Amino acid sequence: MNILGKISAVFAVMTLAACAGSTGGDDSGASGYAGNAAAGDPTSPVYFQQAIGDRVFFAVDQSTLSDEARATLEAQAQWLISNPDYTAVIEGHADERGTREYNLALGARRANAAREFLISRGVAPNRLTTISYGKERPVEICSSESCYSRNRRAVTVLASDLTG
Amino acid sequence: MTKYLVGVLLGMVLAAAPALAQTGPLRIEITEGVIEPMPYAVPEFVPDSPAAAEYARNITQVIMSDLTGTGLFRDIPASAQIGKVTDFNAPVQFADWKAVNAQALVTGAVSLSGSRLTVRFRLWDVFAGTELGNGLQFAGSADGWRRMAHKVADTVYSRITGEGAYFDTRVVFVAETGPKNDRRKRLAIMDYDGANLQYLTDSSAIVLAPRFSPTGDRVLYTSYESGLPRIYMMDVGKVRRRLLPTPKGTMSFSPRFSPDGRTVVYSMTQGGNTDLYAMNIATGKSVRLTNSPSIETAPSFSPDGSRIVFESDRSGTQQLYIMPASGGEARRISFGKGRYGTPVWSPRGDLIAFTKQNKGRFHIGVMRTDGSEERLLTASFLDEGPTWAPNGRVIMFTRETQGANGRSSLYTVDITGRNLRQLRTPDGATDPSWSPLQK
Repeated sequence: MNILGKISAVFAVMTLAACAGSTGGDDSGASGYAGNAAAGDPTSPVYFQQAIGDRVFFAVDQSTLSDEARATLEAQAQWLISNPDYTAVIEGHADERGTREYNLALGARRANAAREFLISRGVAPNRLTTISYGKERPVEICSSESCYSRNRRAVTVLASDLTG
Repeated sequence: MTKYLVGVLLGMVLAAAPALAQTGPLRIEITEGVIEPMPYAVPEFVPDSPAAAEYARNITQVIMSDLTGTGLFRDIPASAQIGKVTDFNAPVQFADWKAVNAQALVTGAVSLSGSRLTVRFRLWDVFAGTELGNGLQFAGSADGWRRMAHKVADTVYSRITGEGAYFDTRVVFVAETGPKNDRRKRLAIMDYDGANLQYLTDSSAIVLAPRFSPTGDRVLYTSYESGLPRIYMMDVGKVRRRLLPTPKGTMSFSPRFSPDGRTVVYSMTQGGNTDLYAMNIATGKSVRLTNSPSIETAPSFSPDGSRIVFESDRSGTQQLYIMPASGGEARRISFGKGRYGTPVWSPRGDLIAFTKQNKGRFHIGVMRTDGSEERLLTASFLDEGPTWAPNGRVIMFTRETQGANGRSSLYTVDITGRNLRQLRTPDGATDPSWSPLQK
């Protein structure tokens, strides 16, 4: 999707969004900040989530960042540097094709890979925390690679103390 | 309420238990894998009053369900029985039971006095025409009737197999409701056969992988209730939990008790790296057991407490390793094709059960502690997380079916790979941990 397409997607989402104190978790879709943010406002969390992309994907049993993942994280880093009021929790996830506790550790590794990259691009470490959900929180529920590849992810979830 | 048996049958010679003509003593050798289950009969226990009749009927049913459920025994239904037992103390008419080829016979009586129930029983070797061991009686509150039935079945099982039994046990597990992308998880406990289910937590936080203490009165588990996954210890009787003192801001999970119940080994993640630690429960102090950039998790103590088997991907993929309980050099024991995880040391000390992933399939398997004699017991889309029955002869595990409507449930299989059975639970069920025999 090109940047115009992404922004129009943001418009579509924002008409549904309600005013809230954070962008919510991984599964919530875009929410929050619509009350104040102008549609397409590049300082809004919705822009971060939709236009920049809040998540990167991983190969099977891997935590190395692909070129595509690095490009997304590069843009996330720039956004975080430009919007210093936000902190972020990076959630690591695994697909269902692994044992539960190993997948918890694997998700932690993925979240940490994303965090380390953001720090290497200048984001202050104290703004970034991580958590792993292992295979407990899939977004796609089919049992095939098309779903697994969407579930092997690290999602940067913004939070802010600002009230709207 | 328990009387313990001595191993009355130890040292007896294996009999093949032929279907039609028994020539040796009444005995089943579990390790051989029983192909022809031993026929037995449990005529309904004799009640001493109309009020005891329902207990007698239910207790008889539970005993038969326990014994037949092992796959080692085949019950002869009441409709096929010729003999009638109306007086527990009257001589057994062996000819009636020989005629229907019942090799073992269990007779019993149930009396009710107020709310106090007494169950008496005897086990008979029909073809030898003798009693096997001495009659026993269990007494207690009537609402504990299922446990009394399990204890009768435990005694029968032990006398015939020469092994410890596992019917008077419980299982702690994670009950699941909701679709895959909105799973609600609750810690739950039930009898080994699914009866008496009780929820121990609500579904407000993800809970994972509970483990019984060696005495069965406490449970370790992982919960997201504080935000990050951290380790909790629950008193099962009081349903009271406390957070164990792992460092704030870190993930800790995969907790397991040591055999003396004083130490918890667990995984902690720092900077994306997961290693194993041991915590003294009394002091709350932890020591680090592994120090490696790889994932180290799913530890399990040997029954003597001297060693720990765990999984690590230090070689590049998940494999099984054994190290001293205090840490130190680890020796890899899994060398077959595929990935190996969730090792669990058998209570007998002889085997390690594990989950294996190979070519897109998941298996529950066992191997010797040196990694030899690997045997895969199951195969499916997703089998994982074995736990041992206290006698080391049966394994319970999680099986999940694939697809958007995939559902989890608990299964048992014996160590010969026979007698695969699904437990019935009202919700989905994962992550079982089998208790020791109750006292």
